[in-house]
Amino acid sequence: MIRVRLRFAKVGKVRFTSHRDLARIWERALRRAEIPLVYSQGFSPRPRLHFGLALPTGAESWAEYLDADLVGDEPPPVDLAERLTAMLPAGIDVTAAALVEPGEASLQQAVERCDWRIEVRGAGEAAAAGAVAHVLSSAELPLPRERKGQVSVDDVRPYIEELAVVGPTDAGTELTARLGTQPRGLRPAELVAVLISSHAGLAGARGDATAADVPVWEPGHVIRTHQWMQRDGARQEPLPTATSAPHAEARAS
Amino acid sequence: MTSVWPRLEPLLPKVQKPARYIGCEDGAQSPDHDPSKTAWLLAYPDTYEIGLPNQGLQILYEILNERPDAVAERTYAPWTDLEELLRAESVPLFSVDTHRAAADFDILAFNLSAELVYTNVLNCIDLAGVPVRAADRRSEDLLIGAGGHCAYNPEPLADFVDFFVLGDGEEVVAEITEVVGRWKAAGKRDRLEVLVALAGVEGVYVPALYDVTYDGPRVASIVPNHPAAPERIEKRTIADLADWPYPRNQLVPLTEVVHDRLNVEVFRGCTRGCRFCQAGMITRPVRERPADQVRTMVTEGLRRTGYDEVSLTSLSTADFSGIEDVVAGIMDAPGCDDVSVSLPSLRVDAFTVGVAGEVSRGRRTGLTFAPEAGTWRMRQIINKLIREEDLYTAVDAAFSQGWRRVKLYFLTGLPTETDEDTLGIATLARRCVEIGRAHHRNPSVTVSVGGFVPKAFTPFQWFGQNTLEELTRKMHLLRDELRRDRGIQFKWHDPRATVAEGIASRGDRRLGAVIEDVWRRGGRFQEWSEHFDLQLWLDALERHGFTVEDLAYRHRTEDEVLPWDHISAGLHKDFLWQDWQDALAEVGLEDCRWTPCYDCGACTGFGIEHVVASAVPPAGGSQGTGQDLATGGSVPVAISARPLAASTVQP
Repeated sequence: MIRVRLRFAKVGKVRFTSHRDLARIWERALRRAEIPLVYSQGFSPRPRLHFGLALPTGAESWAEYLDADLVGDEPPPVDLAERLTAMLPAGIDVTAAALVEPGEASLQQAVERCDWRIEVRGAGEAAAAGAVAHVLSSAELPLPRERKGQVSVDDVRPYIEELAVVGPTDAGTELTARLGTQPRGLRPAELVAVLISSHAGLAGARGDATAADVPVWEPGHVIRTHQWMQRDGARQEPLPTATSAPHAEARAS
Repeated sequence: MTSVWPRLEPLLPKVQKPARYIGCEDGAQSPDHDPSKTAWLLAYPDTYEIGLPNQGLQILYEILNERPDAVAERTYAPWTDLEELLRAESVPLFSVDTHRAAADFDILAFNLSAELVYTNVLNCIDLAGVPVRAADRRSEDLLIGAGGHCAYNPEPLADFVDFFVLGDGEEVVAEITEVVGRWKAAGKRDRLEVLVALAGVEGVYVPALYDVTYDGPRVASIVPNHPAAPERIEKRTIADLADWPYPRNQLVPLTEVVHDRLNVEVFRGCTRGCRFCQAGMITRPVRERPADQVRTMVTEGLRRTGYDEVSLTSLSTADFSGIEDVVAGIMDAPGCDDVSVSLPSLRVDAFTVGVAGEVSRGRRTGLTFAPEAGTWRMRQIINKLIREEDLYTAVDAAFSQGWRRVKLYFLTGLPTETDEDTLGIATLARRCVEIGRAHHRNPSVTVSVGGFVPKAFTPFQWFGQNTLEELTRKMHLLRDELRRDRGIQFKWHDPRATVAEGIASRGDRRLGAVIEDVWRRGGRFQEWSEHFDLQLWLDALERHGFTVEDLAYRHRTEDEVLPWDHISAGLHKDFLWQDWQDALAEVGLEDCRWTPCYDCGACTGFGIEHVVASAVPPAGGSQGTGQDLATGGSVPVAISARPLAASTVQP
């Protein structure tokens, strides 16, 4: 058995498929490409595919990963990435493939931080910059979050490693963020919730606007641009590619 | 072209399951629209996950797109969350293929698989930007078409649909394309002109060209009001399934849908003659696909789609005369080692220990049998001639081969049903649990009971449906009877939904006002328990002066004009009446594939015959042919020595 790591982009219309959907899409694509998969034992055998951190439904990504267990000892075919891309729906492009050394940590464990581009719809650039500055200057940022029906208030400040304004979009302002993923991580939508609450706090403190005048901020377009792990004391991508941005054609629709 | 995608995209993050609306399936097409082509928007008026797998829609999608003079795309009913956003943002109904607005098409054609989707049909027409009433439409508006099983009583939707198609769609869509193409080329001037031309196509019914008169709750007459309209509209029947190896490129969705596997239709039609079953009556005669073609469609389909499961579909797959060869052939094909085969409609009388052993090697998804009624008397009346021994043998085979969970389907509210018949369901279920205990400590039997709804073109079309109170009482009777039985789970279909279905199933043209009323008051997705509301229907009936008694609970009489009497499913009305009388006399009828003809009309009317590869009945014997059922007849079904999975097994 060998383990192959695949890096792929998920852009365009297919970004609205869920993590579960993606697992089935991959199973079928691998079968169609006639890549011999190792199956789990048991009542209902499934191919052994190991996905990294789930991408929120609706978010795009230039840096998704998948480890697949393949039958045999032969290295995977050199054209594996091209063969798989041909079998995958438009917008899912395999950008790199490599053997994974035995004993390597799983993607879920190894990835410690992700880089994002996050659009905040309704936010003007200056207001967004103000909220960003407030977030970065805060010592702690309590955020009520629900998990399995339980609401807990977590300090999410430690997860926000970098945060900056990129510039205006058609509908708001785009930010970049580097967010920690361990132990629970901070999702882009949660970061936007933090920014909205900072913004509301700032506006309230200045006493400048009634609710009707304040444009509603909401999460807009989100792209995961990188995932990072620590290896040999250095920050590395699980699998580097020659180019960071995928083919842009899938954005066309 | 007007793509709505730029306006739709920002709405999708706000809705549940946005992948319903993106298309991008493997097999999806992006046809080139052109003013010289007739553009069809094929609609399934329920959610994407219910509608996507529909084989009829996929077949027509491919056939139309292969034509140089047509294009076809698909649409599905948007869920209520998206509907709200579409209306707020003035985004019209769109195709999932290229996200074109509905107005870019010439025809919006619905697949009607169930009555409770009727309000969704109106909703889709409205979202398409078309007046819901056919009489209010102008020349430039889309033509609204409909086909599928519910089109056999088209009258409840007659006010909203410009033309109905009866029977198999493979050939008739070409003729409709040509008629509409000519009208389009001439500038789409007069809407009546195209309707009259459509009425000249065999199998096409244009309700506006007929006048209906009434006598109280009954229909008095249905007569053409235009010389071009035929007095009787005959269904279309394709003679040979081998000429239509579709879908060639079954759509593979990106998100979860029902029946998410390769589906290959092995035959169309059924002559078992179950008297409650509309599908079995209206799709006659039996037309089998040649075994070689089935094999090719399976192996090529699996290779192309990447599915690891194939379902051989039909109304009763064990009756397929080539079943053993076909299944063995699939398993022997290169690259098909890990494939499981499911036979979704397998009769209990064909389900033997051998078959159970083979299917159990695949993934075990649970087995379903459908005895339909609890006593032999009742099964003779409905003409489902399954003996108790047949069921017990099948259940024993299942449990002995490792299944722990068996599901049994029944109907209640059948003609002449007594409480003894209803409670017979409990007796059968208990015996099945006992059989299971011989093999496992905790066997589980799920009893699933639905209320019977009489349908057009069945021998039971004259039967007055059980009332809401009576159906509810019977469900409670069974529930109470089974309450303390360990190992039996009792599930029942909401009798209120059964009543609403009954209202729509045999209504006449006047019911249109009621359906429109229910829709205008928010009735959507009435197939879905979270949206279904019987009160909406009852209130609408009252406002329009109708009663459930007249529409659903009333027995029809022999001399009565039925609302679908101007339609022909190929069946003689006197055959159906005789079969109804036989039912009341508790007389079963044998399967006519292997007995003399009863002259139901299905074959003779079309100059075709049942196409079967074997002159001998399959395992388990034909209904009442007097074969030795226990030994499986002279053609025992011995299905391959490789794993297969049966997900649903119906007698």
